[in-house]
Amino acid sequence: MTSLTSYLLVSSLLFSIGLAGALTRRNAILVLVGIELMLNAANLNFIAFWRYGSHPQALTGIMFAIFSIGVAAAEAAVGLALIISIYRHYKTTNLDQIDSMRG
Amino acid sequence: MTFSFFILGVLTILGAAAALTLRNLVHCVLALMLAFVGLAGLFLQLDAQFIGFAQILVYIGAVAILVVFAILLTRGTEITSQSIVSPSWVISGIVAAAVFGVLAWTIYSSVASRHPLPAQPEATVKQIGDALMSRFALPLEVIGLLLTAALVGAVTIAMRDKQEMK
Repeated sequence: MTSLTSYLLVSSLLFSIGLAGALTRRNAILVLVGIELMLNAANLNFIAFWRYGSHPQALTGIMFAIFSIGVAAAEAAVGLALIISIYRHYKTTNLDQIDSMRG
Repeated sequence: MTFSFFILGVLTILGAAAALTLRNLVHCVLALMLAFVGLAGLFLQLDAQFIGFAQILVYIGAVAILVVFAILLTRGTEITSQSIVSPSWVISGIVAAAVFGVLAWTIYSSVASRHPLPAQPEATVKQIGDALMSRFALPLEVIGLLLTAALVGAVTIAMRDKQEMK
């Protein structure tokens, strides 16, 4: 049977890939995709700890994952609306060109 | 480590890596969907059927389609000739690799990860519904409010101004 360690390793690798993408990509949409992957890695952690925890019948991990999915959906909707609004204003989604608030 | 876990894990990681390295944005979303399918499979392996299917419905059915819409509305399909990564990508890569290194080291040295697998818990949809309606009723209401506010906010932000219409 698969151990908890392998699930946690997959989830931390997923988190790091999402972090690298969110930090390096120039396109705002892909930055949002990176954040989405990081949230998914957190969901995988919730479910893995729920399954390997001592009281799985309490369903706490499942509930946490359900609410996390809901929050991630709201975040995606608002984030993409912001990106579309920024695109209308600047005619670009390249984050290096959207720098009018740079100090 | 079972064979199915290996396949699903590799699928998830490869999909995620492709989603953030490919040049064409539409290909990126397709790779992202692959990563979401792999994650849903991992959830099913962990006996969380409801979360696995909710993952497919919400992420592949809604979030990925939303990202495709955003790409089309911002003309992201035009492939740019300039670099796809920002100039400081080396530092960001080092930061991400360091984060993974610290996490992996912590996971390996932790006692909690050597737990034996408990017996398969019962997490039927009926039990989840009962819990959502009794113990988690207030969080459910709050998430409903949050989703409504996010919906209204997203429409308001993305709506065209009156002057722009002219």
